[in-house]
Order: sequence, then C-alpha cells, then structure tokens
Amino acid sequence: MLMLAAVALLLSAPDEKKISIYSKAANYSLPITQKNGQDCAGLLEILEPLGTVSAKADGQRWKVRFNNVDGEFTAGKPRARIRGHDFDLHANFLIENGRGLIPLASLTQLLPQFLGGPVIFHETSRRLFIGDVSVHFIAQVNKSNPPALVMNFTSPVNPSISTEPGKLRLLFTHEPLVPSGSQTLTFDSKIIPSATYQEENGAAELTIAGTAPLFARFSNDGRTITVTAAPQVTAQAPPQPTAAPPSVTGSSSTTTTVPISRRYFAVVDASHGGDERGAAISDQLAEKDVTLAFARRLRQELEARGLTTLLLRDGDTSLTLDQRANIANSNHPAIYICVHASSQGYGIRLYKAMVPSVADSHGPFLDWSSAQAPFFTLSQSAATSVAAEFQRREIAVRTLIAPLRPLNSIIAAAVAVEVAPRGPSIAELNDPEYQQSVTAAVATGLSAVRAKLEAGR
Amino acid sequence: MIPRNLIFTAALMLLVVLGMGVYVWQIRGHVTSNTPSAADNRPVAPPVSGPTEQVILYVAYDDPGTLRAQSWKIPLPAGRQERAEQLLRALITVYVDKSSPHPLSAGAEIRDAYLIDPGLAVIDTNAAFADNHRSGVLVEELTVASLVETLSANIPGITRVRILVDGKSRDTLAGHADLSDFYDVNSMNQMVAAMQ
Repeated sequence: MLMLAAVALLLSAPDEKKISIYSKAANYSLPITQKNGQDCAGLLEILEPLGTVSAKADGQRWKVRFNNVDGEFTAGKPRARIRGHDFDLHANFLIENGRGLIPLASLTQLLPQFLGGPVIFHETSRRLFIGDVSVHFIAQVNKSNPPALVMNFTSPVNPSISTEPGKLRLLFTHEPLVPSGSQTLTFDSKIIPSATYQEENGAAELTIAGTAPLFARFSNDGRTITVTAAPQVTAQAPPQPTAAPPSVTGSSSTTTTVPISRRYFAVVDASHGGDERGAAISDQLAEKDVTLAFARRLRQELEARGLTTLLLRDGDTSLTLDQRANIANSNHPAIYICVHASSQGYGIRLYKAMVPSVADSHGPFLDWSSAQAPFFTLSQSAATSVAAEFQRREIAVRTLIAPLRPLNSIIAAAVAVEVAPRGPSIAELNDPEYQQSVTAAVATGLSAVRAKLEAGR
Repeated sequence: MIPRNLIFTAALMLLVVLGMGVYVWQIRGHVTSNTPSAADNRPVAPPVSGPTEQVILYVAYDDPGTLRAQSWKIPLPAGRQERAEQLLRALITVYVDKSSPHPLSAGAEIRDAYLIDPGLAVIDTNAAFADNHRSGVLVEELTVASLVETLSANIPGITRVRILVDGKSRDTLAGHADLSDFYDVNSMNQMVAAMQ
C-alpha cells in the first residue's frame, strides 16, 4: 500500500517550477527554488548566459560582477547595492551552497541595473523578456478543403506538439512567443472553431480546438505552422511482411480505421529530439535542432521533386529508436532517411546499416535487428546515387556502414546522412545555403533512383 | 539562590562551547583543501609483468576517420582471458594519451573482458568510458570497431562481441553507436573494410 501511495504521489507530482529567460544572446530556462514562501532563482545562473559574470561569497556577503557592473548582497537582508546605489528587495537575499538566491519579484528592479536596459517579466507564468525579443504571430483559417489554420510567426519556432481528442497543443518552451491580441481566437470554421493562447511555468501554449483529428506541419523555415484535419480512411492492411518489434501492443484485426494521409515515397527522420539532445555541436547548438532544420529542408526538396515525404519528427519531441522504426515501417515508404549532424570531420557521411550476418527470421516475421538485410542492396543503390550527386556538387562525401539503429530494423531502403561542416566553422551547419545545398543533393540523388526504390517496396 | 558549584559548572561549559566555536571557525577553511580528489585515475588492475609479445592494435584515427593496424610490443600474461583484457587496456592507453589520434577521456578504462565459448567475448568498460565519449556516428563507430577488431585479430576464435558499460547493457555508446546487441565479427570486418 505504501509503495502504491508513493508511486501515486510521484505520478501526480507537478512539473518542476521554472523560469524562462529570453534574450538576444540566448533563450534558456532555470529551476525555481522556493524559500520562505518566495520563488527565488540563482542570480549567477540568470546572468551567466548574458555576459561575463563572476561571484564570490565572503561570509554573509555575496559579491557579483557582471561585465563591468558590481553588485553586493547580504544573506538574510532584503537589500542590494548595485552600481553604488541601494535597492530594496521584495524578500531577503539568501545564500545556499554558495549560490546567491534572489526573489523573482525583484528581477524587474535588479536586472536593468546589471544589463543597462529594461526587462519585461510575466510574473504569473515566470517568463522574462530582455530587450525586444518577442515573437508574434497571426493566425487565420483558409477556406480550402479541408480548411487549414495557417499561423505565421515573426521568427522560426520549434514547439513540442501533442494531441488529444478535440485538441492539438503547441508548447513553446524556448521561444519568446507573445499573443498579438486576444488570447482566444475564434474562426469561421466547423472543423477548427477556435484557438487559445496561455502561459504557464515558463512556457507559452497554443491550444487549437478541432472537431476532427488535427495534424500540424511546418514550412517557411519554421516560420509557418499549418494545422489541418487529418483525413480518415478505412484501410485494408496490406499483407506485407512485418518486422517484429521487441514489444507488441494493439489488436490483431486486419481491418482498421487509421489516419492515412497518403502513401509516402520517403520517411525523413530528424534524429534525437526532446530530452535526447544528441551531440553538443557547440555550447548553444544541439544536434537535435540541426537535424530538424535539415530534415525540414529535405522534405521541402523532396516534395519539390514530386516525392511525397513524411517527416517523422516535426517538433522537439522524444521518440525511441524502436518507435521511429515502427512509424517508418508502418508507412511502407520507398526509402527511410535518417539525418544526423556532427562538428567532427568535414563534409557528408552516408551510412548503410550494419546487419548481422546471421538473422533469426521466422516466416513472415523478420528478426528486428536484421530486418534491413533484404533491402541492403536497395539501400546501397540509394547511397551510391546520393554520393554521386554530392561529388558532382564538389561536397566531400564518404559512404560507410554503421552500427546505427534503427537502420537495421527498417523494411525499406534505408540510409543515414551525417552532416559535418565543409570547413573549420561549425556555424556552417546553421547556414541556410549549406543546408539547402546538402538537402538538394540528397533529394536529387534519390530522385535519380526513384523508379528502382519504388519497385523495391 | 543558585548553588555556587552550578554557577561554576555552567561557566565552565560556556567557556568550552566558546572555545570549540573558535576552533571550528579556524579549521573551517582547511576542510575543502584537505578533501581528497573525487576522480581517482589510478588503474583498476595492477601492471602486468612478463615477456612482451608482438600484437596488432587497430587504432582509430579521427582524421581521416579510419582504423590503422599497428604492431605493438606489450607484456601479455598466459591466460586467454587475461590476454584479452591486457590487449584492450593497451589500446585504451593509446587513446587516453594527450597526443592520441582518437582521444578518449582520461578516466576511460576497461574493467574486464570475458571470453565465453563458443566465440563470444564480453568487454566491460567503466562509466567514464561511455559517459565522457564524444558524440557522433563516426567517432563512436571508430571506438567500437577498434575494440572489436583488436580483440578478434589477436584472440583466435572470437565471432561475437558485446560491449557493456559498468557491467550493464546500454542502448548506445554516446547517442549513436549501438551497444544494445552483440557485434558480429564478420559484419564488423565488412564495416572496417568500407572505412579504409
């Protein structure tokens, strides 16, 4: 009973309280510490991403230097001295394990002294805006069939997307999104009647109400999100061999109602996502963000060539490797392309799966770890064609085999593309021109072997 | 009226408390400087002595991203399993060197190597080996290939290799190279051939 109670408590535990800070230098979140009924945050941690900062605890005194501005605080006292001027805090300053904690309510008073400019603090939702960084958006429903809610943002956005019956939620944790007008938007549409904006715990959320299942897609380099109803069809599941995943759930019925928008030529998988950041390309840049940018461009390039494409991850979401393989396999694409990014080495590396020489397949059930084996030659053709296109464009390329899941569990041609910069500057990974060049080469290479890939599925 | 002996005792205890307070205040600053280092980089196994033997180590080179077979002379014990461990430790020594062509973190170590007939080898690395490993498809692939190829080239009969971290199975080395399954030596040979 005690165990059950503990589990129930854990499950019902609220999210960790945090503050999100948006600035031109960085957007970041920090945990909140509650002391004497006050929400507090570490001043050093707040200032660190914004400039050069150092702090020193000397008994009850805590001194901080940010760029050329000195501040001095005393533990247990509601006062601060910054640039030689005294300020009253909303509560006592605290020192905990050498960390100087200030009450959140005093941020709007203290930070301008350090930063030399105004800040805006949404205190209820704990969102702090330093300078003119806000991202605005406009939303309208097109009268197309089916109707589409088109949201245009003033800067690229990358929200986490979740759905529940009658709702699609876009959670903006890293973007300084603010509402342009009313927090509730109503549309003249039966399928998408309204959208609401709200802020909570360091994040902004857009909830789009729908009378049908909705799905979102990104375009215009992440500046536009289009929400439409997912077409529902009754499909007879085709009798194709299925790779048996490690765990199986669901019904064994062959007739089922599933949302199928179309049969995709390609499934593009932006590796990593959510808590799984992948490689740290730089202090500010995570592999998961670079792969998503490349994957979105690759979808554009493929679709521009008439190759229908499903983006497996189109937001900052977590997917296990088995989930990625399951989604890809259930869509029966002609090719699966997994995108990785690296700051090490130069140019492009194309990988095919390393498949064990001995498979443990039984009839229609393929061994999960070697399901790729029958498609290896097809994967080889795709990789060779893409490599040739890179060579034609004089971008360094290597074709390799790698023990890289989920390539070996894909029942279609499958390649992974690891993108490294052409030269010593890793910033090139974020360069739209380089992204365009790389993704155009992949799309052209795949387009050249389209007939072969489609015949192989 | 308070008895005189109680007053003396209370005063004495107050003096002791004050004295201890002063003493604690003085030694407070010494504690952090005397704290032993958290990272203990000493090897987990004693150095091996004995006759040296010529072995082939497959050493990874980040630039140009290949494995190179290199001949080394290292002391090797007689037992097959101990030889496997020693080989891999010699390889890791190459990587933790500052001038390594494929650097691993200073704390990276091989805890154990187990040879289980027929043909299965299990390499158990420590947490620092994986936790501090650089993340990337090629850089992780080079590490895995180097371990597997070095072992299979010098210990005859190995057909499959499993890599553990701190005695436990792990999904990937540092987000990319698969550690969830056995490595087939034949497939690894093909992979390495494609690298060259």
